[in-house]
Amino acid sequence: MLNIGGLTQGIVIDHIAVGGAMKIYEYLNLDDMDCSVAIIKNARSNKMGRKDIIKIENSFDIDIDVLGVLDHNITINIIEDGVIKEKRNPKLPEKVTNILKCKNPRCITSIEQELKHVFKLTDREKGVYRCIYCEQAFKKN
Amino acid sequence: MKHIISPLDLSVSELDEILDLAENIIQDPKKYANVCHGKKLATLFYEPSTRTRLSFEAAMLNLGGSVLGFSSADSSSAAKGESVADTIRVISGYADICAMRHPKEGAPLVASKYSSIPVINAGDGGHNHPTQTLTDLLTIKQLKGRLNNLTVGLCGDLKFGRTVHSLINALVRYENISFVLISPEELRLPTYIREEVLDANHITYKEVNVLEEVLPELDILYMTRVQKERFFNEEDYIRLKDSFILDKKKMEYAKPDMLVLHPLPRVNEISTEIDGDPRAVYFKQAKFGVYVRMALMMKLLEVEVC
Repeated sequence: MLNIGGLTQGIVIDHIAVGGAMKIYEYLNLDDMDCSVAIIKNARSNKMGRKDIIKIENSFDIDIDVLGVLDHNITINIIEDGVIKEKRNPKLPEKVTNILKCKNPRCITSIEQELKHVFKLTDREKGVYRCIYCEQAFKKN
Repeated sequence: MKHIISPLDLSVSELDEILDLAENIIQDPKKYANVCHGKKLATLFYEPSTRTRLSFEAAMLNLGGSVLGFSSADSSSAAKGESVADTIRVISGYADICAMRHPKEGAPLVASKYSSIPVINAGDGGHNHPTQTLTDLLTIKQLKGRLNNLTVGLCGDLKFGRTVHSLINALVRYENISFVLISPEELRLPTYIREEVLDANHITYKEVNVLEEVLPELDILYMTRVQKERFFNEEDYIRLKDSFILDKKKMEYAKPDMLVLHPLPRVNEISTEIDGDPRAVYFKQAKFGVYVRMALMMKLLEVEVC
């Protein structure tokens, strides 16, 4: 098994659905951050079978709830002095602006580039977000 | 100030008030002939429409007001690339109320956020069409005498048919409503409406693909056109457009007091041979559309009869 060293300080984004790590990496602009980042894909998981994990060293400045919009099953571990100081499950925000993009070609946002893409949470249990304009559900893939 | 973007923007009591007012107008239209004197309706139609635009205009003229507007995107500043937000901000200075039809879903909602006059959604793509829903409800109430205890058959394009989606949303708020969803596999009601509207409200429904089998059960049969403009692919349109045609033979299975509604225009899904059948009420329905729009505009403009 691939071995990646543990963090002393930082954040572990765990239980990411397989294949989702790169999207989260891009969304968080981790490419631009001046810290070590490890992306682990297809890791074995008792809970999920397979999962992705992202480890970010020495950085805590991340909007955790927004991550729940992208994948509502993820968990976030805050690591300090080499131990898990806090485990968090993101709470889904009621409304998100310019985080998700409406892909419906019939939506007004498809022709008016200036419009903000606003999504509302319509099913907390399933983590369903709908565009406020056309009401189409956001599909992750 | 209130806008009507979705049929759910009106509470059941507001809806009932509008339907009651529409029924009063039907009884005595002369009484309302000048209540909107000096008021202007702007009809902002970014895609073609006959019935909806003319019924809005007729409604405002019947109330003694006047109308202005455009009837296609080509004849508006949208052709120059103006945004909906900018257009409505300008129109707000020209008129007292506006009705907007747009091919893109959500355009009237965008307009309502920037408007200083009431915006009525006159149809946004395959999404909502609240005044058609009001028309449908008034037709059922007038001719059936109730909006509860009904088995409603919805037939044709249930996937893209905005009138069907809006009607379902409105009817589930009344007691003891059940639906029979009659469509080809490809044009079935979207899952989210089944789950979030029908299942969430514990509404009884079934999905079938043969019309005559279920006709004897229905109090209302709501027919819809398979709309060419909703397809990306012409082959799919040609294959599905003739599905579920209602004719004289099929009407023999229906109850003697079942009503046939259709938002119009029809293509060939209702044979002209049943136009004379008293159960075929789609032309009356189109007329009710004017009365209900009169009532709605009066409410939005807060106009009272002296």
